[in-house]
Amino acid sequence: MAITPPEHRIWWNEPIERVELVWIVIAFLWGLFMFVFMIAWHFIGQQNLSKEAYRVNPSAYEEKVEGFAKKFQVREEQGIPVVKAQAGSDVYLLARLWQWWPILELEKGVSYRIHLSSLDWQHGFSLQPTNINIQVHPGYEHVISLTPTQSGEFGIVCNEFCGIGHHTMTGKIYVTEQKRAEAGQRLAEGR
Amino acid sequence: MTAETVVGAVPAKAEFRTCQYTGLKVDVAAQALIKANAVAAVVFLLIGGLMGLLVALTRWPAVHLLPAEWFYLVLTGHGANVLLFWIIFFEIAVLYFASAVLLNSRLAAPKFAWLGFILMVVGALATNVAVLQGDSSVMFTSYPPMQAKPHFYLGLILFAVGALIGCMIFFATLVVAREERTYEGSIPLVTFGAVTAAIIAVFTIASGAIILIPTWLWSLGFISYIDPLMYKVVWWAMGHSSQQINVSAHVSIWYLIAALLVGAKPLSEKVSRTAFLMYILFLQLASAHHLLAEPGLDASWKIVNTSYMMYLAVMGSMVHGLTVPGAIEAAQRRNGYNRGMFEWLRKAPWGHPAFSGMFLSLIFFGFIGGISGVVLGTEQLNVLMHNTIYVPGHFHGTVVAGTTLAFMAATYIVLPLIFQREIVWPKLARIQPYLFGIGAAGISLFMMGAGTLGVARRHWDITFSDANGGHKLTFPLFSSGGAVASHYGSERAPKLPGTIILVAIFFVCFVLYYFINWKYLSELWLFQ
Repeated sequence: MAITPPEHRIWWNEPIERVELVWIVIAFLWGLFMFVFMIAWHFIGQQNLSKEAYRVNPSAYEEKVEGFAKKFQVREEQGIPVVKAQAGSDVYLLARLWQWWPILELEKGVSYRIHLSSLDWQHGFSLQPTNINIQVHPGYEHVISLTPTQSGEFGIVCNEFCGIGHHTMTGKIYVTEQKRAEAGQRLAEGR
Repeated sequence: MTAETVVGAVPAKAEFRTCQYTGLKVDVAAQALIKANAVAAVVFLLIGGLMGLLVALTRWPAVHLLPAEWFYLVLTGHGANVLLFWIIFFEIAVLYFASAVLLNSRLAAPKFAWLGFILMVVGALATNVAVLQGDSSVMFTSYPPMQAKPHFYLGLILFAVGALIGCMIFFATLVVAREERTYEGSIPLVTFGAVTAAIIAVFTIASGAIILIPTWLWSLGFISYIDPLMYKVVWWAMGHSSQQINVSAHVSIWYLIAALLVGAKPLSEKVSRTAFLMYILFLQLASAHHLLAEPGLDASWKIVNTSYMMYLAVMGSMVHGLTVPGAIEAAQRRNGYNRGMFEWLRKAPWGHPAFSGMFLSLIFFGFIGGISGVVLGTEQLNVLMHNTIYVPGHFHGTVVAGTTLAFMAATYIVLPLIFQREIVWPKLARIQPYLFGIGAAGISLFMMGAGTLGVARRHWDITFSDANGGHKLTFPLFSSGGAVASHYGSERAPKLPGTIILVAIFFVCFVLYYFINWKYLSELWLFQ
């Protein structure tokens, strides 16, 4: 029994039951498959989190985002600039207690280099209702090539606990239908 | 005292009684320590469970009980009390049981064991005080730069030191038992499982020390900066590994209960022990699970670590998922329940709360906690669920429906054996594992469903009900009579058709659910 010493002192010489052996082989192969599939998705899939990141001083990052917002602002909503960057360019978003700033306007089917960083504590970028969730750290600038595949109004909530105002921390991304003919082609190419 | 005087000098002082159910020799000092740790465990489960109920009632929009400030405070306390204090106190009791009691030995250095216990109690109280004072609502994870009061961290450190002493007492007891020849041959499988749990515990506590001591000094102002990414890597070597102690401990308890209640004997010692060994070798890589959505980490690092090195530790759990019900089936067939595929299962002692708790724990841990854990820990799929309420859904499947339910089942064994007490309300005890298990499984599934839709975790203001907290009211612990039947049946190749069907169903669910999530992922915006 499991609560008494094994019958044979040298238990590793015991034979293995056939059913166990079969199951071990199945479990091993399935594990191997899942392992390989993560690698394979880097080649066949189009949702792989970028590893591009830089150390950044929070105040330097704040300046960068403010410069970006000033340059490409198209309008304002409740005191927050709405920023429309050029297709394919660098887009900056900052997280701070308790706000995502600024509001972004993107075009469907166009790829952007989205920069993400926090000015204070850790925050969680959670795009709704699309459900893309990325951790945002102070001191690290994460660069993600993002291509919206739907148009409309999308929310960003914070899903990393960041103090008493955590649940009030929201932001917005607008995605407009593309105007150029080649954009559809770009989407098909996945870039 | 040196180790030698501890080991060598005391045998005359140890006092034993003989257990009327099992004939095991029980060291009275070990018995007192098992009782103390188990009682402390249950007290913290009650505190933590009550806090959990308040959390659930707040997230339930129709009730929305607490104001935001209190919600985050209580959620922090809930995490620390149930994930650390309840579980680890109980695990120390399990370690003493699996060493001193199962090996017929005296416990090494009971005075040190009491010192460890006191440190754990003081630590747990200090952290609770810090939380209740209201300026340490940093969640269980306490990610910097968010900062708690120094005694929040100090409490955790003291608790960890106490737990480390408990592990050392366990190892010393193994040495004592071997020196004094209290058993023949190799240690039993349950003790072997407990050894893996204790080894993982030492790793866990060391990681905790490496990160919590500097964090404590930071909260005192002696260190100016803690890198948030570095903190997460090391903190999760404690945070996730502490949950891997649970896995080793509750799998040991599955074997223990199966042995005591139906006389189950491992199909082969080699397979079950090797599966435990996989835990030691690979479970620790799991801190990577929590860093899949972080900036700057390379995909190859993530893939190797999050898969526990090609899922070899997952294979360990899948093996136990076969060998535990397989051993039960083999034993039941020896006991004469041989008709059809499932007579062995139908005629199992379902009325005994230790058995029902253990078997439900096995099912829920595998189907809910296990499968969701692998999916959640897949490099790319994590983006779908990172920090959503899917995450607590997953670990309520593992820690509540799995570990906690198994530990509750164990108390139905430990009460007659160690506390020598009879059942208070046997009828209620009989249904308790069903109420708690199904409630816990339900809450896990609700949270996983909501998380798949993107509902955030640790969030006060949400218009989605994840509340199904009623079951938490139902877990006061009652003892049961220890109907302990044990056989030592005949050998040779058992036929296990029922178990084969069970694992086949499990495997199909696993594969389907895995691919459904890849389908979800492929529908997201493109990112790289």
